[in-house]
Amino acid sequence: MNVLLEALRWLNDPLNWTGPSGVLALTRQHLVVTGLAVLLGAFVAVPTGLYLGHRGRGATVGVVVSNTSRALPTLAMLTLFGATGLFGNTATALACAVFAVPPLLSGAVTGLGGVDADVRDAARGMGMSGARRLWTVEVPLAVPQLAAGLRTAVVQVVATVPLAALVGGRSLGTIVVTGFGVQRYGQVVAGAVLVAALSLVAEGLLALLQRAVTPAGIRALARSAPVESESGHTPPGTQVAHVVRTGSNDPARDV
Amino acid sequence: MLLLVPELVPSLVPALASDAAPNPWLSWTYLQRNSGDVLAATGQHVTLTLQAVAIALVIALPLGALAHLRPRLAGPVLGVTGVLYTIPSLALFAVLAPWTGIGRVTVLIGLVSYALLVIVRNVLVGLRGVDPAIVDAARGMGYGRLRMLTQVELPQALPSIVAGVRLATVTTVALTTVGVVVGFGGLGQLMFRGFRSNYHAEIMTATLLCLLLALVVDLLLAGIGRLLTPWAVRGVQPA
Repeated sequence: MNVLLEALRWLNDPLNWTGPSGVLALTRQHLVVTGLAVLLGAFVAVPTGLYLGHRGRGATVGVVVSNTSRALPTLAMLTLFGATGLFGNTATALACAVFAVPPLLSGAVTGLGGVDADVRDAARGMGMSGARRLWTVEVPLAVPQLAAGLRTAVVQVVATVPLAALVGGRSLGTIVVTGFGVQRYGQVVAGAVLVAALSLVAEGLLALLQRAVTPAGIRALARSAPVESESGHTPPGTQVAHVVRTGSNDPARDV
Repeated sequence: MLLLVPELVPSLVPALASDAAPNPWLSWTYLQRNSGDVLAATGQHVTLTLQAVAIALVIALPLGALAHLRPRLAGPVLGVTGVLYTIPSLALFAVLAPWTGIGRVTVLIGLVSYALLVIVRNVLVGLRGVDPAIVDAARGMGYGRLRMLTQVELPQALPSIVAGVRLATVTTVALTTVGVVVGFGGLGQLMFRGFRSNYHAEIMTATLLCLLLALVVDLLLAGIGRLLTPWAVRGVQPA
């Protein structure tokens, strides 16, 4: 319990919160690196995902990419980028961008891939061009999955950035790693609590955002759907696509 | 980035070529001279991973079954596991370290708790996905609740459970490297040491071994899954 008291004392010390290595400055850096990494990842993943999803291929690509990324150790990426001579937060942002790509990519691919084939057909039948179909029909219908991908990506990057403290990046993880270095376990626990709190807050805020951009009808369907397997966040789209397809009033199609 | 420098600044080329020791990303001599070290790290990595997944499976099966038998518990179980999964590994190891010490036990507890979350979820999904007609038939044949669970529902849920174990194992292989913060990271130790001494070959070797390990374990588990469910129709997704 001694450690808990030490942690509380550490958190209660105003000097630990202010200044260039204070909690506030480190939180800001944590968020800036996260934002950069997600933006960088989105720059690669979103156009690729939209293209693949629009073309109707890449369903397997999305799955393969997200599966291999689970096997790729974050520490490996961080040390690899750290050792190339890009020091500090540049290396961190680049390495974390790699981990932001898979959820964004699979969100875009499954989102666009889940758009009902009849809706695409109708859009084509109305004479819409490819680009117009993409932006006015497919993307709006895929917004829930795009938001889910963004949420997973941000939460994952927020959780990965602290590890970069091991290779010289500055973030809330710095508190933990420095604490280990000087064997002050109160500081270690305090830093860990801050890191965990930031992750949970990010997760909560993004869950609200995801809810806000998901149309009410789809929300209701997702609620009644059973639990998805896997560990990721439940993408409501697969269920929706199924319900929409079987709930059609075209009698000839489901035979 | 450094690779570009000699081309951009021609005057630097002779200086760099003569002064800098070669620091290749892949080196066979590194592997030969440090085979003992690499094998020890790989061994630690493998044993940590397998132990963690085995312990997680032993805890997750009853927990998933309990959540299935008492549906009221399913919500809290999934909710708690979801929240725990959001907590970064560094934070978890750091919170555990003061109580469980610097070493193997801390890493193991962390790895078990992450693997647990994945497996419990898949056990529950598998049990819920059992065809109601099969459950009905078993009940009609006079199966009790416990016998139905162990002899009908759990075998039916095997594909989902195996999928969960595979996912948990691959994730654990990657996560074990983070154990470096408490000095037990398996191949992560090599990565970190390579970073500290700026030794590219060491980092790259450890990274490739990690990926290879994940691939091999995943394929092995897929094979075990096939052996466990000989009745499954191959090439067709079990509905």
